[in-house]
Amino acid sequence: MNIKITTLALLATTGMAGAAAAQTSFEYWYGLSGDLGNVVQETCNRFNASQSEYEIVCVGQDGYEAAVQNTIAAFRANQHPTIVQSFDAGTADLMLSGEFYPVQQMMADYDIEIDWSNYFPGISNYYAAATGELFSMPFNSSTPVYYYNEDMLAAAGIEEAPLTWEGFAEALVAIKDSGVDCPYAYAPSTWIDLEQFSMAHNIPVASNDNGYAGLDSELLFNTTQHVQHMENIQSWINDGYAHIRTAQSGLSARDSFVQGECAIFFSSIADHNTVGKIAPEGLNWEVQMIPVYEGFERHNTVVGGASLWVLSGKTEEEYRGAAAYLSFLATPESEEFWASNTGYIPVTQTGYDALIDKGFYDAAPYAGREIAIRSLTYTAPTNLTRGIRLGGFIQIRSEWTNEVGAALAGQKTMQEALDTAVERGNVILDRFARTYAGKTFP
Amino acid sequence: MRRAYFKNNWIAALVVAPQLLIIFVFFYWPASQAVYWAFTLEQPWGGGNTWVGLDNFRQALGDPVYWQSVTASIIFALSSTVLAMGMALILALFADRQLKGYKIFRIGLIWPYAIAAPAVGLAFRFVFNPNAGLLSFVNKAMPGLWDPTLNGNQALIMVIVAGSWKLISYNFIFFLAALQSIPRSLVEAGAMDGAGVLRRMRDIQLPLLAPTFFFILVINITDSFTDSFGIIDTLTGGGPARATDLMVYKIYSDGFRGFDYSGAATQSIILMVLVIALTFVQFRYIERRVHYT
Repeated sequence: MNIKITTLALLATTGMAGAAAAQTSFEYWYGLSGDLGNVVQETCNRFNASQSEYEIVCVGQDGYEAAVQNTIAAFRANQHPTIVQSFDAGTADLMLSGEFYPVQQMMADYDIEIDWSNYFPGISNYYAAATGELFSMPFNSSTPVYYYNEDMLAAAGIEEAPLTWEGFAEALVAIKDSGVDCPYAYAPSTWIDLEQFSMAHNIPVASNDNGYAGLDSELLFNTTQHVQHMENIQSWINDGYAHIRTAQSGLSARDSFVQGECAIFFSSIADHNTVGKIAPEGLNWEVQMIPVYEGFERHNTVVGGASLWVLSGKTEEEYRGAAAYLSFLATPESEEFWASNTGYIPVTQTGYDALIDKGFYDAAPYAGREIAIRSLTYTAPTNLTRGIRLGGFIQIRSEWTNEVGAALAGQKTMQEALDTAVERGNVILDRFARTYAGKTFP
Repeated sequence: MRRAYFKNNWIAALVVAPQLLIIFVFFYWPASQAVYWAFTLEQPWGGGNTWVGLDNFRQALGDPVYWQSVTASIIFALSSTVLAMGMALILALFADRQLKGYKIFRIGLIWPYAIAAPAVGLAFRFVFNPNAGLLSFVNKAMPGLWDPTLNGNQALIMVIVAGSWKLISYNFIFFLAALQSIPRSLVEAGAMDGAGVLRRMRDIQLPLLAPTFFFILVINITDSFTDSFGIIDTLTGGGPARATDLMVYKIYSDGFRGFDYSGAATQSIILMVLVIALTFVQFRYIERRVHYT
């Protein structure tokens, strides 16, 4: 597959060499790898085939983190690409660096009409300035859901996949009683257990509206319903209703689910495509929005995945090319191509409506993915459900993961673990604020 | 002893210049950057930095988690060195005795060194997997006994075994070469005087191995401190609960994943000082007991 693409790319470059003189060529570095990377490459090929003025050169960097790391290294040597795909946790540093060309500004500068209000607010707010101006182009977007084995739930007498955690807990007991040893394949995930959980419950992760209002933020997740939730997960594990399944333990949560061992696992909607591909014949499965505790009003979840940033220090011609590519991606046709070849969801209302009109979500393999849109658009974003804008967020995530791991191993209580994670996370936030002393989020 | 001197120093300088240039560009220049960053807070996208003096060092050294990482690294380095040297020595002694099939073992034992660390990690992931690996029979007999994904000590044992496995073959080559350079006549004379196999090993072969032993010791300790990344990354990712978050891995995760360039630079400097200090100690106190013939 890869060899084929390389050959094609090679043929394409040599074939176009003659015409290249008049063409502006610019680079785009992306982080998605494997099958998804190939689909990104395909969007580039489609763009190159659709016009002759610009040539986009797309380079896979094998992973979100590598894409950002390599771009930073290249940027410092002034060899950076025009467009980079950056994941959510890279946003804070990029925003404060100021080394980017806000897409909304760029499109306006080159007279390209884009209806920005068309973007789902749960997505656009994540990548926008306080004023609402979009800094980066929403691209591969997902949100978490849970995947459940229909037959196992039915055998346990559960008719509808629960939408509350109370109902979820009862379901786990019922599934266990019906003879399934592993009702819930659990893998600790800050993105799902902390970030999206807090969004759906409209509770804060950090002060300053989750960091949007300033750099002097402090983490708050050791004081919210999140603590109770993690304690519940811990007791489910101790009582055998949930099993820890991570790649390191040999069988990931997804594989445990697909192999019919576990009844439920949580993941991004982007996995919908993969599960559909690797699930054996006869495995009946569905997805559901992540549950909410009783007494909390359900709110929207936010986008995960990555967006496309246009970096500074490039020529006007290259920016024109980048603008052309980004507006090409924003067409409903491109959105449909992307949504049908990956598990990601469309990012605009128009793109989504076009898919609905076509009956895209009515049948397998795409049926169920609209659940993600429902979760993402459940309410209009509040100050606490716009997203998270904290510096050093990758390290904060790892503090959480380590501390929760210590609690799950029985080294400390969950409350102690989360207190420590918050305390250590605050040191990271303080360090970040000092690194960018005198700066504020635009 | 005869020595050759260049009469013309300019030619000498010219000859060594390329080498010095390479060392400067690829070692001294980056290292000096790291030293500079360790005293500042560097913005990852290059927007400038603030001088903070010894703040970074204070923060790292005042952090109990960092000391946990240092402790884990020392345990890892010492245990895998002892394990790797001990195993390699035993294997080499027996390969040297020309027991049946020793030619096959001699070649077979060298191969593992050619395997890349991440591949070693993946292979051991299969061996140690609590649910589906070769060791999972332990859990079949006594459920929950072996689980390196939850138990930090077991995880550390796991990476030590994997780390030393890779070092064994390297050590083996050196030990075997050293053993074979011991004159046969010495060993044979011992045999004629009635010394048994173990006695000959203890009184003749091991003392004559001392210089090799010392060299391997220095290399192994340095290697365990600085080259464990691939194994950690594939086997544990530093977990569970930081139990295997060795210094090298922490530098990577803070610097490259967390964009904390200054913090990572600080830790690199500390690691460098630690390795230099350990090497110094070895040369100062252990080498004195080594006799080169």
